[in-house]
Amino acid sequence: MENNNSKSNIIVHIILIIGAFAMLLPFLWMIITSLKTLTESTQVPPTFIPKIFNIGNYSDVWNQLPFASFYVNTFLMMLFRIIFSVFFSAMAAYAFARIEFPGKNAFFMIILIQMMIPGQIFIIPQYLIVSKLGLLNSVGALVVPGIVSAFGTFLLRQFFIGIPVELEEAAVLDGCNRWQIFYKIMLPLTKSGLVAIGIFTALFAWKDLMWPLIVNTSIEKMPLASGLASLQGQYATNFPQLMAGSMIAIWPMLILFIIFQKQFIQGIASTGSKN
Amino acid sequence: MIEGGVKMKAVGKISEKKQTSRKFQDYTWAYIMIAPTIIGLIILNIWPLIQTVILSFNTVDGFSQMQWSGLSNYKKLFADPEVWQATLNTLKYTIISVPIGVILSLVVAVLLNANIKGKTIYRVIYFLPVVSAPAAIAMVWKWLYNSEYGLFNYLLSLVGIKGPSWLSDPKLSLLSVIIVGIWSVLGYNMIILLAGLQEIPKTFYEAAEIDGAGPIRRFFSITFPLVSPTMFFVVITSIIGGLQIFDLIFMMVDRTNAALQSTQSLVYLFYKYSFVINDKGYGSTIVTLLLAIILIITVIQFKLQKKWVHYD
Repeated sequence: MENNNSKSNIIVHIILIIGAFAMLLPFLWMIITSLKTLTESTQVPPTFIPKIFNIGNYSDVWNQLPFASFYVNTFLMMLFRIIFSVFFSAMAAYAFARIEFPGKNAFFMIILIQMMIPGQIFIIPQYLIVSKLGLLNSVGALVVPGIVSAFGTFLLRQFFIGIPVELEEAAVLDGCNRWQIFYKIMLPLTKSGLVAIGIFTALFAWKDLMWPLIVNTSIEKMPLASGLASLQGQYATNFPQLMAGSMIAIWPMLILFIIFQKQFIQGIASTGSKN
Repeated sequence: MIEGGVKMKAVGKISEKKQTSRKFQDYTWAYIMIAPTIIGLIILNIWPLIQTVILSFNTVDGFSQMQWSGLSNYKKLFADPEVWQATLNTLKYTIISVPIGVILSLVVAVLLNANIKGKTIYRVIYFLPVVSAPAAIAMVWKWLYNSEYGLFNYLLSLVGIKGPSWLSDPKLSLLSVIIVGIWSVLGYNMIILLAGLQEIPKTFYEAAEIDGAGPIRRFFSITFPLVSPTMFFVVITSIIGGLQIFDLIFMMVDRTNAALQSTQSLVYLFYKYSFVINDKGYGSTIVTLLLAIILIITVIQFKLQKKWVHYD
């Protein structure tokens, strides 16, 4: 039995390692290429360890594009989206989970409709709104579509429903109003839910390419997602520099993920199991 | 006694009053609390949804001046071979990438759910593409696919195969994009499925083992039915995500690439018409078509789920 188990465990590991290698290969190739000179990158057969570590690609790319602005814009976009959407979603989610009020179902329908409809359908009118507000080419334009979150509201509502009602009944008898109950009792109890929504919001903002491409066309107002895309236009086929740019763009999120991987994974996991 | 009764009634009245005022207070708080989200959603989503549908019946020039043009955009849409091709590409992308992607994620999730060492490291590695910028992913794969200097064709040459033009062969380019698509969301679906698997009580497996059920039997009679609600969620979100494919095509298939016609998706066409050609009316018509396709497929999915999804 023991023997059998360890044998099957070895097979499991072999499969998982092959898979892990397939997942890592593009990243390894990105690092290797980013350190090659242009001539070395087009050598056949390719080298797997660069002959000279050409760090110059990194400084070239850094000087060519305003990466510092990309970082700042990305950070501010994520920060404001997280603050607004987490707070607004939690408020609405509590009301939907715990208070009976006229029109509740109709209002909840709005949440569901938004969740079921592909995001691109909103983009042209959203663009027109942002443009009328004079926000094109600003961090504001990046933030606007993400200040409220139907998905966040939906998910946090599930969290609130999962908290025993008894916990707030005592507070009701003590004469606390709904806001006090929400803010002082319920909010601290949903910390993991709030973190999940925060991570989800950050990830979504980070991965979104089309919206920043449309609203912020001047290069110093771009976040990393579209800034990196513009790199391809500039360097076309200089892959060592494209890879160096990619490395500069992806490492902050990779580091964040590795530090907070438990929260990331729990956050993503909670989106599936609660439905 | 009588006095007592009167007093009781009075108290009852007061508490009734208190209750109604409490009720009104609750209403007020509820409306205040949902207001930012609901108002935000109406301005940013509900009204735009209506406006997009209206726009699809208009001609919109470069200065955003609208002119009612009835069904002309739709007539153009149904006669436009580019739209038909893009619809076909989008459906192909979804039909191929979703089953393969979901099955692979399930396999990895089941393997990781076994009692093995190094779970955390595997999870982190499989999840890496999810936290990477799509432009970076697209560029490195483009480089791997490069027909002259790419790693893939070099590896193929070692076994004597002349590697294809992955991204510029019209027959192959969509498939090449599909591979990247599967690779980049595998970790995401795996995490959700793993969470679903971990909710299955261990005792079920122990009982089955005592009954002499082998691992494959256990998978099909315990694991699969119990994880099917999570699977359903993953399938639905993957299909919706697949139908909205844009980033990879935008980044990997250049505008001058001969394979663009056989690769571009509906969202790509939507982007091109709305923001490159600046015909927002026709762009709206294309995205309305996408909306219709997604709604139809979602309804079918919810009908079909009764056949394979088990809720306790």
